Amino acid sequence: MAVKKISKVQPEKFEFNKKNKETADSIIKNYPSGKQQSAVMALLYLAQKQNDNWIPLIAMKYIAKYLDMPYIKVYEVATFYSMYNLTPVGKYFFQVCTTTPCMLRGAYNLVDVCKRKISEEENRLSEDGKFSWLEVECLGACVNAPMLQLNEDYYEDLDPTKLEQIIDKISNDEVPQPGSYRGRLSSEPENTRKTLIGNKNA
Amino acid sequence: MLEDKDRIFQNLYNDFGADLKSAKQRGDWKDTKEICGKGREWIINEIKASELRGRGGAGFPTGLKWSFAPKEVGSRPHYLVINADESEPGTCKDRDILRFEPHKLIEGCLIASYAVNAHKCYIYIRGEYFNEGQKLQTAIDEAYKDGLLGKNSAGTDWELDIYIHYGAGAYICGEETALLESIEGKKGQPRLKPPFPALIGLYGCPTIINNVETISVVPTILRRGGKWFSSLGRPKNTGSKIYCISGNVNNPCNVEEEMGIPLKELIEKHAGGVIGGWDNLKAVIPGGSSMPLLPKETCETIKMDFDACVENKTGLGTAGIVVINKDQDIIKCMARIARFYKHESCGQCTPCREGSGWMWRMLERMAKGEATRDEVDMLLDVTKQIEGHTICAFGEGSSWPVQGLIRNFKDEIIERNKFDPIVKKQKDIPYLIDQHLLEKENA
Repeated sequence: MAVKKISKVQPEKFEFNKKNKETADSIIKNYPSGKQQSAVMALLYLAQKQNDNWIPLIAMKYIAKYLDMPYIKVYEVATFYSMYNLTPVGKYFFQVCTTTPCMLRGAYNLVDVCKRKISEEENRLSEDGKFSWLEVECLGACVNAPMLQLNEDYYEDLDPTKLEQIIDKISNDEVPQPGSYRGRLSSEPENTRKTLIGNKNA
Repeated sequence: MLEDKDRIFQNLYNDFGADLKSAKQRGDWKDTKEICGKGREWIINEIKASELRGRGGAGFPTGLKWSFAPKEVGSRPHYLVINADESEPGTCKDRDILRFEPHKLIEGCLIASYAVNAHKCYIYIRGEYFNEGQKLQTAIDEAYKDGLLGKNSAGTDWELDIYIHYGAGAYICGEETALLESIEGKKGQPRLKPPFPALIGLYGCPTIINNVETISVVPTILRRGGKWFSSLGRPKNTGSKIYCISGNVNNPCNVEEEMGIPLKELIEKHAGGVIGGWDNLKAVIPGGSSMPLLPKETCETIKMDFDACVENKTGLGTAGIVVINKDQDIIKCMARIARFYKHESCGQCTPCREGSGWMWRMLERMAKGEATRDEVDMLLDVTKQIEGHTICAFGEGSSWPVQGLIRNFKDEIIERNKFDPIVKKQKDIPYLIDQHLLEKENA
């Protein structure tokens, strides 16, 4: 099990903005009446998006009231799942996959780059406050290893040089292209495709 | 080798695009009405005849699973839940289906929902697959617009609504009952079985849970006939399967192949061979990180299907093949997998919550050569204490890879960890915390 730390600095107020309120109400309608608790995960995610990518305690209380469920149940969910950040993270949040398939292809070299260019420790903001990074477990793109997730996008087939270029690009306020960095469009074998050849030429 | 025309996922590499129009050109949504018109019995019998086994890891016969759903809808509605919480290290097949073949999945949902009397279908996608989920949502919206979903879906007179539910980064939610808990808005901790979800599942109602790949192959099977599907592979291990080959190979890739294809052919032909040549191969994890690894000798001959893998003391699992070559430290690789399980244990059962951490710490020490000789046996003992003593199969999943390591590479571990136990030298100490180590029988 993973340890989750709660931020010591907490805002005093939280409320969904108008757009998120509409989204939240439409998500609640996806579930049978009386089962609105099912929407808690989606609402926590909305709150996280709205609040600079982390969830303060007051937002959990707000969601508990919103869904008419005990606060502790929301707290349980928020601390159980690893994608909810309970402390502030960088505007650009790098999650480097280091589980075995990525590790075999050199994921720890990416971690070294993060240590050098972002911050010495995981989950600590960089000097300009824009970046933070974290080692995470399998992100489910093993064929495109090593890879990392930057906010919501996957950056695949990386190597240390390419990651440095990505970080430099963002520092200059450019948005690097997500996807494979060896020019792959999917998880096909590079150059040596033996199947579905007819489709390729279609 | 499977012929191209027999491959179900024609758009696996996104040669055509995932939109409805090109999906229809590839044959999706063709005659859906006629298929459903043949009735529930026919659909379930045809799937039974095809001998399709679940593609999520356990390999349970799909037709049989569907037949467990109550025949008539009672006071409680039925649900269909699709498991797209793909988190097994080494596996990334469902991601490509969600991205490139969403309409196969949606059509499969309609047919399966019809077969098990469900009017609502939830697709549980792992939270990290946000973009894949958006692509699936686009496809669902297209299907609604075209009258393929909603009231009178695709002219079948069957009402079906599909909703996407995002997870938030918990491996354990791929376990079916944990997944249901998660949809209900709770912590994803597995439930005791029985009662099985087919009778008491989501919100206490009958629920059928299937993997993405299982559901996506259903429409093609019904169109081409169960006989065609069962003619591929060998009895009880039929059809085709998407294999994900990752790790130390020249061209890591996903490829759809016939069941029972030799592992060596997969690696050499499709994945461009092991880095440094076949002789540089150390071991292969054949079915996602939960399955025990195979040494090189077995890799020469093994065929990749459910039963052949079991005969070789491993499992096909999700067919996520991780190739490890001799440049890697095998103990370190397994220690990293143990760390994965320590991180992902839900914390409900004590043997798993505590044991997964023990295994990780012991393996880390063994990788550094700091363990004592006797600890290898102790580690094996720990895995036996976890296996079979937990609510869900996570206990087995976390201990099998360690058992596989010890079974195949025990000599290498002992070579690196030669020390005698410290306690042996200091037998006079009266109160020793590791007292039990003195009596080897109790260890």
